[in-house]
This record gives sequence, structure tokens and C-alpha cells, in this order.
Amino acid sequence: MTAVRAAPATDAGASAGLVHRVLVVRELGIVVALVLLVAVTVLVNPRFLTAQGIKDLLLGSTILAVLAVGQSIVVITRNVDLSVGSVLGLSAFATGSLFVANPGLPVPVVFVLGVLLGAACGVVNGGLIAAARVPALVVTLGTLYVFRGLDYTWATGRQINAADMPPGFLRLGSATVLGVPVLALFAVVVLAGAGYYLRGYRSGRELYAIGSSPAAARLAGIPVGKRVFAAFVASGALAGLAGVLYAARFGTLDANAGNGFELNVVAAVVVGGVAIFGGSGSVYGAALGAVLLTTISSALPVLGVGPFWQRAAVGALILAAIGLDRALAVRLARSLRGRSSHG
Amino acid sequence: MVERMRSLAGSWDAALLVALVLVVVVGAMSVEGVASPRFWRFVTLEVIPIALIALPMTLVVITGEIDLSVASILGLTCTVMGQLWLWGITSLPVLVLVALLLGALLGAVNGVFVTAFGLPSLAVTIGTLALYRGLAYVVLGDRAVADYPPEWTTGAIAAIPGLTIPWMILVVGALTLVFGLVLHATPIGRGLYAMGNNAEAARFTGISVARTKFWLFVATGAMSALAGVFWTLRYASARADNGNGLELAVVAAVLLGGVSIFGGRGRLLGVLAAVVLLGTLRNALQLAYVPANTLTIITGSLLIVSVVGPNAAGLLRARWRRRRAPITPLHQE
Repeated sequence: MTAVRAAPATDAGASAGLVHRVLVVRELGIVVALVLLVAVTVLVNPRFLTAQGIKDLLLGSTILAVLAVGQSIVVITRNVDLSVGSVLGLSAFATGSLFVANPGLPVPVVFVLGVLLGAACGVVNGGLIAAARVPALVVTLGTLYVFRGLDYTWATGRQINAADMPPGFLRLGSATVLGVPVLALFAVVVLAGAGYYLRGYRSGRELYAIGSSPAAARLAGIPVGKRVFAAFVASGALAGLAGVLYAARFGTLDANAGNGFELNVVAAVVVGGVAIFGGSGSVYGAALGAVLLTTISSALPVLGVGPFWQRAAVGALILAAIGLDRALAVRLARSLRGRSSHG
Repeated sequence: MVERMRSLAGSWDAALLVALVLVVVVGAMSVEGVASPRFWRFVTLEVIPIALIALPMTLVVITGEIDLSVASILGLTCTVMGQLWLWGITSLPVLVLVALLLGALLGAVNGVFVTAFGLPSLAVTIGTLALYRGLAYVVLGDRAVADYPPEWTTGAIAAIPGLTIPWMILVVGALTLVFGLVLHATPIGRGLYAMGNNAEAARFTGISVARTKFWLFVATGAMSALAGVFWTLRYASARADNGNGLELAVVAAVLLGGVSIFGGRGRLLGVLAAVVLLGTLRNALQLAYVPANTLTIITGSLLIVSVVGPNAAGLLRARWRRRRAPITPLHQE
């Protein structure tokens, strides 16, 4: 009898452990897929995993990973930011224009201005969504058009070339520290910061509560509007940062930078196990999702799969990922129900 | 509450129609060419694919789902038609039939993922958006099939005898009638609204939510394929990137047309008005030498205003009412 009485406490502990295990499994699944993919590719072409190969992979994943971290902060609150590709484009073109106008501008200043521009776009998104309480999907679909239109209007067909930007800035795009690309270090810092914030801070954990049940979060006294607003500002700021990184990496800029990127970003987030309806997932998973998508697109040609299969593979991967997510959620719910029926 | 929502939806339709008339009148008076039959012929040709897809999309969004894969279905249909043509299948009825069946099948795949596996349609159709577009590239690569008989093209865009309006508008009209009747005059239509408002409650009243949604996705696929057939014939070109990005235009029209993204609210009339409004505005402004970038900004702003406007007005009204009657029992809030 005493054992039965004590059961609730151990049940709670066990189910928390179960939840934790499922989350770990989610990210482990992506890692396994990634390792398998890389292993098979290396068997076909060993050069895929040379120092240069790894560097290319990291470099290729960086921009997508930064965007995916911002996007997952928003998606965790049960919202979505479709405007990130346009914000990236705007910020990238702004970076180039700044250098054209003031060739001597210090690089850190450009970074700060790019991030601020992105944050300003996020303020527009978040303000509209939080103040007028309208769906993020519609608002950010609208700002996707508006920001891109501003970008085109500003650029008016001009192109900014590497020659217009200082070599010190462009060197950032290819420089390495101990073999690791500097750009990838930006992504790592962003990832670590966001991951620590979401777990370590009360306001970070509140984002999960909002995503699980906005109504319950409001009743619990969480300032939902303020938090959602902040999430969009963060997503915008990271898209702004991604724009500056884009400029440093590619050196050639027109108004099309990042066009259509929003779907890749949402794909990375979904593949990374962040539930599209909020409340669960981690930025680490999202970043892994970005790395996996990038690796697929560079592995397919090596494996002799035509470049035209790439998009199809990405689509199939998204479907597989959300299917797996669903299966795990159903199993978790069943096992939790099974436990609670004993108590 | 229901009454107020209904009157709000009604006033939104009315506002859209007024906006449409305003755009037409102001455009005809201030932009040279807008009053000409040629302009309207062009607008009609341009909005036909969007209207075709917007019809089923309206019903899908009213049930609280979304289909972002429509433009990819359009593209894949185009390339399959092109490949069949290369293989020597030159009968137009056969090509059209295969296209429609393929579209229905692709829609059914979406439907199975959403209804049988219970996955969110937003995520599923982002997946199939990439998958179907990818398959379109697998079929034709970056080639284009463009050697269709010229009479197919002229036939597709031919005008109604004695008028300058393309005959395809009759097809759109007939299909509008079908979808309009289903949505606004049958128990199925009332069921769609019920699902959008509260799927659980709808299920308890005996509506088979899963089956209805499945067939809606099939219908969306078939209509996207029809739009693909029209696209191929109009431009006499089957390419993998046909209709790229069109899903955003369709969703923009549906939402501007007053359909709630949360489901349960919206009317077909409003959506069609929005389709024509966006098409007219875009072409009239183009004629007035307004750059395409500005058009993009206008489209986006219209979309934002269409959701922020009514909501902000509602919130302000509620606040005003609370101020005037400060003692409100909690349960009436």
C-alpha cells in the first residue's frame, strides 16, 4: 500500500525522465541521420571529409543555422516568421550600401547596424502581431512582400560587388580560427546564447509555456504579448545578423539575396524537431536540422544523385521528420496515460 | 457573437466590392488603357490560375487547414504534361485527363498525411511544396517543352465569340458556382464552417471531419492541376518552375478576401473580389509605370491591413465599451 501511495512522486520523476529521453532521442535521431549520410558519402568519395570538406559544410550551414535559431524561438511560441528571407536580403543589401557610402567604416559597426535593421523589422512584425492580436502567418507573409519590395526599390537593379566592400570584411567570409571558419563561430555563439537563454532564464522557459497553451500562459500571469514581441525582435535581429554574414560570405549582392529562404528555414526547424504548433523543441535541434539540410545538398552530387533530386529529397525529409515527431508524440502520450492510470 | 461575426464578414465583402469598384473607376479615369477591353482581357488571363486555385483553397482554409503545395502541384503537372508530349502522346484530352488525375493524386497524398496521420497541414504542405517542385525538376530538369501546336495556345486564350473576354472565364464561373453552392447552400458547407470553429464539436455532431478534409485536399490538387494545364497552354511552355511562388499569391487573395486563417469564417464572394482586386490593381499600376517593387509592397501592405484593420477596430471597440461600463460581471468578459 505504501508503495502505491509513493507512486505519484516516482511517476512524476519517471515521466519527466521519459520526456527528457524523447527530447534527447529527437536530437539523437538527427545526429544519427547526419552521421549515416556523411559515412555513406565518405565511402563513395573520401574527400568529402577532409579538413576542407568539413570547413565547407560548416560554412554552408552557418547562415541557415543562424536563421533557424531565430525561427525556432518564434515557432516555440506557436508563431511563425515567414519574413526572415526578406529581412536577410534587406540587411545584406544595407551592409553593401553602407560600405559603398563609407568605405572606411569599421566592420563591428556594420554588424551592429545590420542587427539593428533586422531587429527593427522584427519590431514591425512583433508589434503588429502582439498589439493587434493577429496571426503571425498572415502578418509575416505580408511583411515578406513589403520588406522584399523595399529591398528591390532600394536596389533598383543595382548590384554590389566584392570590390565595393573592404577586404577585411570579406576575409571574414573565408578566415578560420584553428581550422574552424569564423562565420561558423558566429553561429555557435548565437546557438549557445539562445540555448542557454531558453533553458536558463525564466522568461525563456515562459516561451515554451506560451507555445503549449497561450490561454493557460496568460492565466498564469505570463506577459504573452511582451514575450511574443520579444521573440519576433530576436528572430529579426538574427535574420539581420545573417544578412551581414551573407554579405561577408558571398561578396556579391543584389535585391534577390535570401529570396525564398523562408521555406528552407522552416524546413530546418521542422526537421530539427521543433513542433510547428509550439511548445517543444530546442534550438540545438534546429541548428542540427540546418546542418543536415546543408549536408544533404552537398552530399547528393557526390553520391551521383542529380542536382534536380535535391529539393525532392528535402521535401521527403521534412515529411519523414514530422511523421517521426508525430509517432514519438503519440507513443509518449500513450505511455504517460498508461502510467497515470495506475495512480 | 455569431451575428456580429456574420455582419462583420458581410461588411468585409461589401468593403472589398467597394474597393474593387473604386480601383476600377479611378484606374479607368486616371490610367490610360485601363478602360480598354484589351486591359480586361489581360487581367482575366492573369487571374484565371489564381482564381482556380483560390476556390478550393477557400474551403480548405475555412476548415482551419492550409495547402502551401498548390504551386508545386501546378509545376509538377506542367512537367509531366511536357514529358508525355515528348513521349509522343499528342492527344489533348488524354493530357488534360492525366494532368487532373495526377493533381488529384498529389492532393490525396497531402490529404492522407493530414487526416490519416494527423499531421499539421502547414508542415505537411511545406514538405510537399519542396517534394513536388523537386519532382518537377526531376522530370524535366531545366528543359522546357514548348513545341505545342499553336492552335492549343490560341484555343486556351481564345475569347468568347463577340467579346474580348477569354472563354476560360466561363469555366471559372461554372466552378465558382459549384464551390459556392457546396460552401454556402449545403450541409457539407455548414460542416466546413463547424470544423473550422471547433473540430471536436463538429465530430460530435456526426460530421466526418477526416473524410471531408481528405476530399478537400484532393479537390485542391485537381484544381491546381487544371491551373497547370491552363498555364502550360497559355504560355505554350512546360517548365519545372511554372507558377513558382504562386502559393503566396493565392493565400494572400484568400486572406484578403476575409477568410480567417484560424478557420470558420469567410465567403467565396469576398475571395473572388480579392482575386480580381489584386489582379486589377497590379495591372493598372503596371500600366501607370509604377515599378513592380512598389506593387510587391502594396500587395503585402494590403494583406497586413486586411487582418490588422478589423482586429484593431474590434479591440478598440471592446476597450471603449469596457470604459463606458466599468462594472462588468466577469463571465460576460
